[in-house]
Amino acid sequence: MAAAAAPVFLLTACDRGILNPVGPVGGAEKMILINSTAIMLAIIIPTILATVGIAWWFRAGNTRAKYRPEFEYSGAIELVVWSIPALTIILLGGIAWIGSHDLDPAKPLKSSVPPVYVDVVSLDWKWLFVYPDQGIATVNQLVIPAGAPVSFRLTSGTVWNVFFVPQMGTMIYTMPRMASRLNLEADKPGIYEGISAHFSGDGFPGMRFAVHAVPAAQFAAWVASARSGPTLDARSYDQLQKPSSYVKPFTYGSVDPKLFDYVLANRALPPVSPKTTPPAQHVSPQPPTGNNNVR
Amino acid sequence: MSATEAPAVGLTHGASEDTGLGNRGPQSKSIVVPYGFWLFVLSDMVLFSALFASYASLVHATDGGPVTNQLFDRTKVAIETLALLVSSFICGLAIIAAKRKNLLWTEIWLFFTGLFGFVFLVIELTEFVGMVRIGAGPQRSAFLSSFFTLVGCHGAHVTAGLLWIGTMMAQVWAKGFEPHIVRRLLCLSIFWHALDIIWVAIFTIVYLIGTLP
Amino acid sequence: MFGRLTWDAIPFNQPIPLITSIVVLVIIATVLAWITYNRWWPYLWNEWITSTDHKRIGVMYIVLALVMLVRGFSDALMMRAQQTVAVGASQGYLLPEHYDQIFSAHGTIMIFFMAMPFIIGLINFVVPLQLGVRDVAFPTMNNVSFWLTASGALLVNLSLFIGEFARTGWLAFPPLSEKQFSPGVGVDYYLVALQISGVGTVLTGVNFVTTILKIRAPGMSYMRMPIFTWTALASSLLIIAAFPVLTATYAELMLDRYLGFHFFTNDGGGNSMLYMDLIWVWGHPEVYILALPAFGIYSEIAATFSGKPLFGYRSMVFATLGICIISFMVWLHHFFTMGAGADVNAVFGIASMIIAVPTGVKIFNWMFTMYGGRVRFTTPTYYLVGFMITFVLGGLTGVLLAMPPVDFVVHNSLFMVAHFHNVIIGAVVFGVMAGYTYWFPKAFGFTLDERLGKIIFWCWFVGFYLAWFPAYALGFMGGTRRLQHIADPSWQPYLDVEMVGTVIILAGIVLTIVQLIYSIRTRDRRLDLTGDPWDGRTLEWLTLSPPPHFNFAVLPDVHGEEPYWTRKQTALREEKLTEEPKYEPIEMPVNTPTGIICAFFASLCGFAVIWYIWWLAILGLIGAFAVFVWYAWRDEHEHVISADEVARIERERRRVRGELLGQWKPVS
Repeated sequence: MAAAAAPVFLLTACDRGILNPVGPVGGAEKMILINSTAIMLAIIIPTILATVGIAWWFRAGNTRAKYRPEFEYSGAIELVVWSIPALTIILLGGIAWIGSHDLDPAKPLKSSVPPVYVDVVSLDWKWLFVYPDQGIATVNQLVIPAGAPVSFRLTSGTVWNVFFVPQMGTMIYTMPRMASRLNLEADKPGIYEGISAHFSGDGFPGMRFAVHAVPAAQFAAWVASARSGPTLDARSYDQLQKPSSYVKPFTYGSVDPKLFDYVLANRALPPVSPKTTPPAQHVSPQPPTGNNNVR
Repeated sequence: MSATEAPAVGLTHGASEDTGLGNRGPQSKSIVVPYGFWLFVLSDMVLFSALFASYASLVHATDGGPVTNQLFDRTKVAIETLALLVSSFICGLAIIAAKRKNLLWTEIWLFFTGLFGFVFLVIELTEFVGMVRIGAGPQRSAFLSSFFTLVGCHGAHVTAGLLWIGTMMAQVWAKGFEPHIVRRLLCLSIFWHALDIIWVAIFTIVYLIGTLP
Repeated sequence: MFGRLTWDAIPFNQPIPLITSIVVLVIIATVLAWITYNRWWPYLWNEWITSTDHKRIGVMYIVLALVMLVRGFSDALMMRAQQTVAVGASQGYLLPEHYDQIFSAHGTIMIFFMAMPFIIGLINFVVPLQLGVRDVAFPTMNNVSFWLTASGALLVNLSLFIGEFARTGWLAFPPLSEKQFSPGVGVDYYLVALQISGVGTVLTGVNFVTTILKIRAPGMSYMRMPIFTWTALASSLLIIAAFPVLTATYAELMLDRYLGFHFFTNDGGGNSMLYMDLIWVWGHPEVYILALPAFGIYSEIAATFSGKPLFGYRSMVFATLGICIISFMVWLHHFFTMGAGADVNAVFGIASMIIAVPTGVKIFNWMFTMYGGRVRFTTPTYYLVGFMITFVLGGLTGVLLAMPPVDFVVHNSLFMVAHFHNVIIGAVVFGVMAGYTYWFPKAFGFTLDERLGKIIFWCWFVGFYLAWFPAYALGFMGGTRRLQHIADPSWQPYLDVEMVGTVIILAGIVLTIVQLIYSIRTRDRRLDLTGDPWDGRTLEWLTLSPPPHFNFAVLPDVHGEEPYWTRKQTALREEKLTEEPKYEPIEMPVNTPTGIICAFFASLCGFAVIWYIWWLAILGLIGAFAVFVWYAWRDEHEHVISADEVARIERERRRVRGELLGQWKPVS
C-alpha cells in the first residue's frame, strides 16, 4: 500500500521543491537521492512482499504449508541475510563517500565565470544579504546572476537558523560567532523561494526570502539601481536587529563591507560608516576573531 | 523439577556462589549490592566525562579573561590532592576495621576520612573564593564556567560523601556491623575511591596541563 | 516570598489552556473523589503506590505512559489542526507563542513520558519473569525510579496551568533556550522536569543491568536468556552510558540560565555547538534505548505465534549488541549541514548506515521465524507484520538521511520528521501496543478483546500512512518543520490527508480505552486460567496469570534454550506435570513509601527552582536528605511468605494445569 502510494505523492511533489533543481548542486543531490532510493527499493520491495507472503502462506489454517518447528538455524541463510544489507551498505557507502566530497558545501564550484560573493546574516526573523564587492545589502531578497556561482559566507546575529533555497540545493546552518561556507549556482533565471530550515523562535514561519536569479547584464543594472537606497550603518543595523517577522524585501544602497566580520565577532559596528564604498576586492575570508567552523 | 535442586529463598539468596557466572541461580546480596553500586559509579564517571569534554572544548574560550596559567597554584593543589589521597587511604583502614568488626577503630578511621575530605573541601573553597575575588568567577568566560562546573561538581560529590560518612558513623554506632550496614560501608568506600580517581584526572587535565609554561 | 510566581502565571486570558486546565482539574478531582468514596485509598497505597513488586511497578509505568499518550496526542491533534487551517492568508487559531509550546511539549512528552515509561514498564513487568526470578536487584530503588519519572511528568503537565512550557523544540537548542532569548519559565520547566525523571531513568538502567547480569534462575546462562531480556540488557546499558551525558548537558544549560555561566551563550566565549554534540551523544543512543526492546517484543511475538523458536537466535543477540555499540558512533549525522568537512561527514554517514546491517538482519530473521511456522494471526501478529512493512520503509528513509549529500536537502525537513515518526510509530509504538496486548493477560488474568485489538491496529496502521506519507512529499517540496503558518497554498491537499490520518489514529487511541473498559467488563469470557493463553515459550508463561507476589514457588531450573517450552511438551506428551517440589518459606521485600515521598520532595524542590522560590528549594533538599536517612535507618527489609502459603498457591496452579492437561492439545 505504501509502496503504491509513495510514487503518486512524489510525482505531484516536484514543482517547487528539491526534485525540481535549478542548479548543479541541487541536480547532483537529486540524482543521488533517486539512485539511492532505487537501489534500496530493489531490496525493500521484495522484502515486503516476502514478509506478507510468508506470513500468509504459513498461516495456521493452511494445511498445505509444511510445519517445520525445528527450523531455527541455517548457517547458509545467516550468511545471506548478513550479506544482503552489508553489500547494499557498501554500495551506498561508496556513493555517500564520493557524494560528500563532490558536494562539500565549502568547495567552490567549477565555472568559467567568476563567483559573486554574498555574506549572509540571519536576524530575528529575517535575512540580511551583504554584497561586499558591490557595497550594497538587501533584506529578505537575494538577487544573483544566473549561470554564475555564488559563494556565501554565513553567520547569525541572533540564534541558529538554516539558510535553504530548496531548488538550488544544499542548506547550511547560520550560527552566531561561527562562519559557515556554501557555494551554489542557479542555471536559469527565475524566482526561487528561500526559507529558514531551523526553528528560531516565534517569528520563524515568516522568515522567508525570495531568490531572484537574473541574467548577468540585468544583475549589473540592479546593483547600480540599488545604490540609491539608504545606508546600513550602526544605527540602521540596530533598527534592523529588532525582532520582526514577515518583513517586506528592501535594499540598502551602501554598507560597510566588513559588517559580516563585526557580526561574527559579536562586536558593535563602528558608529560612523563610510559614506561611499569603493568597489573593493573581496575581504579576507578569515574572520578577525571568534570560532570559525570552516574546518 | 525435583525437590533437591531448589533451595533458593528470597530475591538474592542464591544456591551457591561457586560459578560466579550466575548459572546456578541469583547471586547473594553481598555480590549484587556492590555490583549495582559500581554501575552507578560508572554512570557518574560518564557524567564527569561529559564535563571533561566541555572543559576541553572551552579551555581556550577565555573571552579576553584570565587563562589557566594565571589562576592555578600548583603547591596548593598538591596539598589538596594529598589530603584527598590520605583520606582515601584512611577510608581503606576503616573498611579493614569494619571487617574485623572493631567499632572504635571503624569510627575513628571514618572520622579521619571525613576530616581529610573536609580539609580538601576547605582548600578548594578558598581557591574558588580567591578566584571570584580577583574577578575570575564562573560568569567571566566560558573557560571559567566549565572549570567551576567540573571542579565544583567533584566538590559537590565530596560534600555528599561527607554527609554520607556522617550518616554511616551514626549508623555503625547505633546498629553495629549488620550485613546491610557493612555493605553500605563498602559502597561508601567505592564511592570515595572513585572520587579519587576522578580527582586524579582533574589534577592532570586541569591543573598540571593548565600550569605548564 | 514566591519568587517569580504571581497570579499572571495562570492563563486567565488564554481560553485554550484555561479551559483545558479546568477540564483536567475537574477530571482529577472526580477521580480522587471516586477513590475516596469507594475507600480505595488503603488498597491503592498498600498494593500499588508503595509496592516494590516489579509487576505492579511495571503496570504503573504503563498507566503513566497511556495517560501521557493521550496528553501528547492532544498536542499532535492541535498541531495538525493548526497546520491544516493556517495556510496562505489564514493564521489559524493558535498564536506562534502557543503553537511553539505545543510542539515542544509534544516531543518532550512523547519521548520522555510516553515511549520511555512504556518501554521501561514492559521491561519491568517481563524481565524478572523471563529470568525465572522473584524481583529485580533493587526493588525499593525501582519504586523510587518510577515515582521520579512520574514527578517529571507532573511538572511538565503543571506548566499547562501555571506559567508556560518551553518554546524551543523538544531538545531546547541554545542560544534560543538561553535566558537572552527565552526569559520565561518554559525552558526551566523543561530542564527541571527532565533532570528529575532522568535520575529515575539512570537508576532504572543500573537496576536492570544488575538484575540481568546477577539475578537469574539456576541454569539461565547468557545464551539461554530470552531475546527480549537481551534487548532489555542492551537498552539498560545504553541508559547507563547515555543518560548521564544528558544530565550534564542540562546542568550546564541550567547554570547558564540561573547563574549567568557561559557554556552555550553567544557572549563570554560560549559555544552552542558544544550543546549540539553533547545532546546528540545522548540523543542517538536514546533512539535505540526505545527501539531495541521493541525489537525484543517482536522477536518474542514472532516465535510464539509462529510456533517455532526464534530463527538465528545468536545472530539476533549479536545484532542487538552491535547496534548498541555503533549507536554511540553516529551522533554527528545530526549536523551534516553545520559545515563539518567532507571526510567527517562521510565517515559518520557511513557509520550511520552500518546500523542498517544488523537491523536488516533482524528483519530477515523474523521472516525466517515465520517461515515453516504455523502463524496465528492474533493482534500482536498484526503488529509484527505491520511493523516489518513500515519499518523497512523507515529504514530506507533513514539511510537516505544518513547520506550527507541527500541530507543536505532534506535535513530538518518534514521528510526527516516523517522518517522519525515512521520509526517511532512503526517500531516503538506498534511494538509497545503489541507487547501491551501480548502480556496483558499475564498481568491481569484475562485477555484483551481481539476484535477491537485488530481494529485498533488498523487505525494505527492506516492512520500512520495517511498522516506521514504526505509529509515525506512535503519534505521534497521544501517543507521544513515547526511551522505555525504555511505560506504555500499548494500544500493544502497534503495537509488535509495528514489530518484525516491523525483523526484515524485518534479513533485508535479512543478504541484502546474502549477496549480496556470492554475487556474488563466481559473478562469472565476470556479468563486465562492456565497462565499460558498464547501457547508461549518463555518462563513468564510458566506461572499463574496474574503471577503471585513471589512469581515462582520454586525457581525454575533451566535446561536448554527454551526451558518452559520443553517442560510443557514433556508434560503434554506424558500427560502429567513435573513432580511436586518441596516448598520453602520465601522472603520478599517489604513495601516502602520512600519512592512517593522522594518524588514529593523532588517535585516541590523542582517547582521551587522553576519559580525561583529559594527557601522552598532548600526545604525540599533538606526533606529529601531526611527521607534518605530515615529510609537507611529502617530495620525490616523483607517479609516472609510461609511455606504453607506458597504451597497453597502453587498447588492451586498445579491443579488447574493438571485438569487442563487432557484437553490442552499441542499445536501440531
